[in-house]
Amino acid sequence: MKDKITQYLNSHTEAAPLAVFRVFFGILMFVSIVRFWSYGWIEKFYIAPKFHFTFYGFEWVRPFGDYTYLLFCICAVSSLMITLGWKYRWAIITFFLSFTYIELMDKTMYLNHYYFISILSFLMIFLPAGKYFSVDAFTLSRKRNIEPIQYIPRWTIDSIKLLIAIVYIYAGLAKLNSDWLLNAMPLKIWLPSKFDIPLIGNVLGEEWVSYVFSWFGASYDLFIPFLLLWKRTRIFAFVMVIIFHLLTRVLFPIGMFPYVMIVSALIFFDAGFHKKIVYAFAKFIPSLSRGAVKYPKQLLESNLYYKPKHPKVARVSLTVVAIFFIVQILLPWRYLAYPGELFWTEEGYRFSWRVMLMEKSGYAQFKIVDGVTGRRFYVDNTDFLTPLQEKQMSFQPDFILEYAHYLRDHFESQGHQDVGVYVESFVALNGRLSETYIDPEVNLAKVEESFAHKNWIKPFTDEIKGL
Amino acid sequence: MFEIMKKVFGLLVVTLIMFACSESDDTGIMTDDEGGVNPPVGTFDRSAMLSNWADNIIIPSYVDFDTKIAALETAVAAFSADATTANLELVRSEWLTAYSTWQRVSMFEIGPAETVNLRLNVNIYPTNTTLIQDNIQNENYNLSLSSNRVAKGFPAIDYLLYGIAPTDEAIISKYEGSEADALRHQNYLSAVVGDIRLLSTDVLEQWQGDYRDIFVNNDGASATASTDRLVNDYIFYYEKFLRAGKMGIPGGVFSGTVESENIEALYAGNLSKQFFLEGLNATQDFFNGKAYNTNSTGESLNSYLEELNTVSDGVALNDIINNQFNTARTAVSNLRSFEEELAVNPPSDFLEAYNQVQRVVPLLKVDMVSAMSISIDFADADGD
Repeated sequence: MKDKITQYLNSHTEAAPLAVFRVFFGILMFVSIVRFWSYGWIEKFYIAPKFHFTFYGFEWVRPFGDYTYLLFCICAVSSLMITLGWKYRWAIITFFLSFTYIELMDKTMYLNHYYFISILSFLMIFLPAGKYFSVDAFTLSRKRNIEPIQYIPRWTIDSIKLLIAIVYIYAGLAKLNSDWLLNAMPLKIWLPSKFDIPLIGNVLGEEWVSYVFSWFGASYDLFIPFLLLWKRTRIFAFVMVIIFHLLTRVLFPIGMFPYVMIVSALIFFDAGFHKKIVYAFAKFIPSLSRGAVKYPKQLLESNLYYKPKHPKVARVSLTVVAIFFIVQILLPWRYLAYPGELFWTEEGYRFSWRVMLMEKSGYAQFKIVDGVTGRRFYVDNTDFLTPLQEKQMSFQPDFILEYAHYLRDHFESQGHQDVGVYVESFVALNGRLSETYIDPEVNLAKVEESFAHKNWIKPFTDEIKGL
Repeated sequence: MFEIMKKVFGLLVVTLIMFACSESDDTGIMTDDEGGVNPPVGTFDRSAMLSNWADNIIIPSYVDFDTKIAALETAVAAFSADATTANLELVRSEWLTAYSTWQRVSMFEIGPAETVNLRLNVNIYPTNTTLIQDNIQNENYNLSLSSNRVAKGFPAIDYLLYGIAPTDEAIISKYEGSEADALRHQNYLSAVVGDIRLLSTDVLEQWQGDYRDIFVNNDGASATASTDRLVNDYIFYYEKFLRAGKMGIPGGVFSGTVESENIEALYAGNLSKQFFLEGLNATQDFFNGKAYNTNSTGESLNSYLEELNTVSDGVALNDIINNQFNTARTAVSNLRSFEEELAVNPPSDFLEAYNQVQRVVPLLKVDMVSAMSISIDFADADGD
């Protein structure tokens, strides 16, 4: 067994797939940032709001006012550097740090696909993605006459495949529940409202369509990694990847995620395919730069193997990657440590590839009680929160608690004493009628945030079976 | 990696088999139409609802509102020409009629009304009496400036007709004759009414022109589609202007102390309850798609929910919402005038009625919006 592992870790493969992945990853990230910027979302979501919802333990991560634009600039520049393979390691580290910082600034904006980008870029720090078909390789050969490498450890490409497989399989496992499979929820709510989509719009209202989509979606997520791994089904699987993600793109506002997943799936193809892409790019570069830059073909065919400069660092890297995957595999199961229905309490919901599983919305009205005078009044949430923040806050307990603390501090700074904060909240989940969500008798000002179970959430009165 | 994959795959097969079994065990969960007829969902026609809203509710309301404002204008002209008690009473009664009709159109702050900020221009209260006095004396005012919004609209007329002097005789004397001061008062009153007329005509003409088709044809489903936008505006109106503006704020719900100076029609008095009920009826009639001033109904949020109810286990959400509207109306109707209720310390009956009004909010904002999958704001989401 140990021999097999050592043998595996020492085996090599062509570097082209990783290089192609790097080029596309950088381009997509650059487009994502430009898109985010062009919608005015930096201002709207990070600069304008008075208050930001932070992640537990990362309360110190805050937007920098107008300098937040600079942060996005850094992120955009680093993504271009990744594409070019120019000072790759610095670029990917900068990208990981800046992108993750952006995502940590306000958890209102949390999306599983942003989390995917964050951890993928973390993983890419440890991969030699800048050694082949890159500015780095080009300059090394020019300046120091060092021939670039052609082969890299097999595990480096497999690690990306594994990460993608984890995303899909866990997304599929999360769908194995009674709401999704037996009630076709929440698709039965969402699909009929998409009646205005061309061609398929008028059948989306049919109940059976929701069931077909639910079951198809779950099976897709569960099996697509295997179909991509197996050579004989790979082409078919990739066609499915395109159909599935374009369909989700048409039906739901999920931004760049479909494109990221479609392009990522290319990593499953063999080296020959990727070399064709690299050669096509290499041909394209001179015409793009009007002959000023050429990427010499011999740099792409060197027969050299990647050798880490410092074997010790390489060993540490490998350990980090191994730990990273153990964490990735265990993290989605942490919800089992909490009592109650996961969809209701959301304890252990994030960072677990639970995507499109819930139509959940809520309403939360906060009551402030002055502990000394006994004066009581309600808060107008729009005084403090943006519509999106209010929406996200109203059905997620950790948001409700953080906001309650903010209100306590705000009203105490206004001269109220010993402020108590109570919430009257209603939440509706997957077509069920709304019910009281948080115990209205609990003074949230006195409750501390922690990873412990939040016993002030009212129990879910229905049952959702499954994972 | 292979070992892990094998384990994951094994787990997967086991769970799939488990599910296959549990499915055959309780097929009852599979269908939600046990014993009932299940009409096909998705047949609901949003554009029919939009036409009903535009043609039978919104435009007729604006037509009526504009007519009432025109009548008020005429009455003001008559009063300016001849400041008699009878003419004062006429202006007051036309103002009351127009103000009541306003409660029927206030919620439609979309399109033309949104562009001109109709609600902010027509009904900000409490009105700023100092600014009104200054404007009257200076004669140098531009009512289209946003800084003057607190010195015009219905609340300003309320002050001009009821609050500018302690008695009716004293009020009349402010406007009587052709002396400079009387003229200044007459001019201000007609300027304020003229300003409302200008806005109401503008909004009405746009609805009767291109905007009706723009509104009805934007029948998709997105944050910018007419249905989503008007539903958002409608809920916003209910929550902010009807619930909070007319009851919550005066009742001290948001400050902890009663603010009776913040009731609607402060100077005329004894009208704020009536205006509230008019607004409540207007929101419920809109919910039910009731054509303006008639009892016939068309496609509406109510019928939309009826259609969707087949999806959510047959629970009649539309009935629950209508019942809560009715409960709220009964509770408020049983109150004495808001002035009297707010004089009680603490105003428990008033606040209890407010709670019934409040209970409609989560039903609209959570249950209805969720059932219809109405978008709140435009941003990426992955549904979690």
